Amino acid sequence: MSSPVQNPKRAPKPNWVSTRNPCKACAPLGATLVMRGIAGAVPFLHGSQGCATYMRRYIISHFREPMDIATSGFSEATTIFGGGANLHQGLENVTSQYHPSLIGIATTCLTETIGEDVHGLLHEFREKTKGDEKPLLVHVSTPSYSGTHIDGFHDAVRSVVEQLAEPGTSPSAYLDSFVNVFPGLVSSEDLRFLKEVAADFALPITLFPDYSETLDGPSMEKYKKIPEGGTTISALRATPSAKASIEFGRTLKTKRTAAAFLQEKFEVPAKRIGLPIGVRESDVFFAAMEKLTGHQTPEKYRQERGRLVDAYVDGHKYLFGKRAIVFGDEDLVIGLTSFLAETGVVPVLCASGGKSGALARSIAEVTTHVRGTVAVRDGVDFMTIAEELALKELKPDFVIGSSKAAKLARELGVPLIRVGFPIHDRIGGQRILHLGYRGAQQLFDLVVNTLLEVKQDSNLIGYSYL
Amino acid sequence: MADILRERERQVYRKGQQQTFQLDCEKQSVAGSVSQRACVFCGSRVVLYPIADALHIVHGPIGCASYTWDIRGALSSGPELHRLSFSTDLQEMDVVQGGEKKLYAALCELIDAHQPKAAFVYATCIVGVIGDDVDAVCKRVSMEKGIPVLSVHSEGFKGTKKDGYRAACDALLQIVGTGPIEDVSPLSINILGDFNLAGETWMIRDYYARMGVQVVSCITGDGRIDEIRRAHGAALNVVQCSGSMTHLAKSLKEKYGTPFIRVSYFGVEDMSKSLYDVARHFKDKEMLKRTQVMVREELERIMPQIADYRRVLEGKRAAIYVGGAFKAFSLVSALRLLGMKTVMVGSQTGNKEDYEQLRELCDEGTIIADDSNPLELSSFLEEKDVDVFIGGVKERPIAYKLGIGFCDHNHERKEALAGFEGMMNFAREVYGSVMSPVWLLTPRRRGNALEVVK
Repeated sequence: MSSPVQNPKRAPKPNWVSTRNPCKACAPLGATLVMRGIAGAVPFLHGSQGCATYMRRYIISHFREPMDIATSGFSEATTIFGGGANLHQGLENVTSQYHPSLIGIATTCLTETIGEDVHGLLHEFREKTKGDEKPLLVHVSTPSYSGTHIDGFHDAVRSVVEQLAEPGTSPSAYLDSFVNVFPGLVSSEDLRFLKEVAADFALPITLFPDYSETLDGPSMEKYKKIPEGGTTISALRATPSAKASIEFGRTLKTKRTAAAFLQEKFEVPAKRIGLPIGVRESDVFFAAMEKLTGHQTPEKYRQERGRLVDAYVDGHKYLFGKRAIVFGDEDLVIGLTSFLAETGVVPVLCASGGKSGALARSIAEVTTHVRGTVAVRDGVDFMTIAEELALKELKPDFVIGSSKAAKLARELGVPLIRVGFPIHDRIGGQRILHLGYRGAQQLFDLVVNTLLEVKQDSNLIGYSYL
Repeated sequence: MADILRERERQVYRKGQQQTFQLDCEKQSVAGSVSQRACVFCGSRVVLYPIADALHIVHGPIGCASYTWDIRGALSSGPELHRLSFSTDLQEMDVVQGGEKKLYAALCELIDAHQPKAAFVYATCIVGVIGDDVDAVCKRVSMEKGIPVLSVHSEGFKGTKKDGYRAACDALLQIVGTGPIEDVSPLSINILGDFNLAGETWMIRDYYARMGVQVVSCITGDGRIDEIRRAHGAALNVVQCSGSMTHLAKSLKEKYGTPFIRVSYFGVEDMSKSLYDVARHFKDKEMLKRTQVMVREELERIMPQIADYRRVLEGKRAAIYVGGAFKAFSLVSALRLLGMKTVMVGSQTGNKEDYEQLRELCDEGTIIADDSNPLELSSFLEEKDVDVFIGGVKERPIAYKLGIGFCDHNHERKEALAGFEGMMNFAREVYGSVMSPVWLLTPRRRGNALEVVK
């Protein structure tokens, strides 16, 4: 049902003060996902009860898996006198209930604003519980008023690596034989794919975070307090002994990633590449794998690449000149844009709620073949995107991104192709493969078939062959 | 059996096993327990959310607005302003310098753009810490724009969800009493505490219309500000979801002398009783007769099908974990109508009387839990070998991971479960959840061995 109040008729103002239908979540959410990707770990939020519950709900609705997040559960008194007692009690209770090997603590807007010294409080806790069997404690500062869930994600990856890294902990035979892979926020299926590629290259990797099993596990007979899987603590300790690190993301903060830290402090060479989506960006990834291992890309992946290019040929007429709106987390947008551009789609608007400052430049880098104008907007919300579309008469053929654009796509009367995170209105978001030639193949078939379906359904004749 | 935290031992009770009934409740959640509860903000947000022609703006960093965007299945017959998410999206500099200016500007631009009938401003955690004078900003904007602009003091840490309900009720109370009531019939009510999930308020309204009762306002299902303004004109307040709305009902009684009764629209018995209670309140013989005819018609329509479901569901075991305990009473009865046994029941926010009533209602051996958590709930499901678990989104994966059926009875649901028709939907959903052939393949029922037909 539509009504006049929803569609403001006035000319859109260039700068809205408010955020209207956000295209982002808050930083601690990203941190909890990272903590869920550590073996035997429990994510913990230092703040109000509601933060943990809301984030659990948001994550559960995507992955459809248990996602326990503990909290120190601030009260009014805690806010005045400090959260130390609550934090300590919370850690004790999580320890006695879950018997975790690690508790991953992220702060919230509340604890950051009142200036909680989490580092000091954890030190006190460690002193107090000296001698007891206790989990490792790592923490990350994730003030919700700064950045998005993606910033929280990358900051958590770095903090965990910083706090656990111990040079020389790797067995000497293993030394220099493995690579750290920091993929960023990708699907559980993407993580499984990366492990498969590494295995096929005979390259041992430390993939972090790894929620491929913890957030996409099998049906169980007995409830597991902490699901199986995740990056092991010993692997996280050994990250300085790797022969290199690979991280995905063209918009990562230059000096503030885990790979940058390992390079700076332990001289582990860092290789930064874009999220490998589509042929070109996947080529960069496989080339990097070849260089690291000295092996040629296995035949299996050459075949996948060949089939993908063959499919591009088969489908090119359906896609050439089609107009897409791509939105979501910045690096996903860049990867998707690169993929769409190489198939002949015109990404008329690439938008993100994130604001790294690197989006426009990165989009320009991956759209050199595009015939048409590509608009880039960072730090935007969905209502701004809608207004921009109306203003510029962009008339897209489809929208691609998370389920949060369902309303936008419905109003535009075009299909939404659901990828990335979150997908709250379909099942299987955790099983979408985005990466590599294989992921691009699935995305390509999905995009073409979605457009063919529109063509068939809206056509009077309803052709049987398309 | 479950590892129950020492601090929580008195919040779990097993009927029959403990001589004296004692169940601690209405306590702050234990740190580190992984409570299923949300916060003060959540309480306010869910109650006010369905008011469809008001602007709802979350004052704080983006998270609270993101996580509550279009979160409830609360339908509107007209405007849908409530389904949009607005936030001041406070940034670091705002935290340092204060967020009042930003709030003022955001309110002005949004009111200009959407022309709402009122605006609710939800103060979140850090607003309470940085000391923004939200009331002053609201007052100023209200004067300038000529609509009620109401601050909702819902800082997450300042209590529990119940305090959020209270803050929402206080905001509503400021709107009631500002509209004309000349045309309000003496046979009139306000529907309090129904949120029009999947159109439930419309079904309930229809029952009242058939009885000859005028509904002055629904607070807040399919809610409209102009209706709420007139709510003081109604002769009776009919309160469902008593946890959230009793405060408003009591305040209206104090201020306007309006009496209130508590009802529940879930399950055949409670639904019928609710309508009869309203009819009896008005002491109108014709109305009572009409109600009897209507209830009979509705029952004749659904009971044969329910009896069919019952034949299959007889003896199956159910567990319930919901927000407010009041709903749990109705669910226990509704499940009993289907021949099912409730072996575990709990709530986030029940009080002493609620749990006492639940204890009376339940069979021997039933587990009753207050403010439970995933580890306890999963162990209860295993211990009691439950067939279907009834709860909300956060409980769903606990059941599913163990290969146990689940019914969503929370605010995200898309099926109407209230009223007579709702009982049919509920029965159908329980039947579909219990009888699905997928359970036959799960490890809990069959182990992980491959099944090969010889």
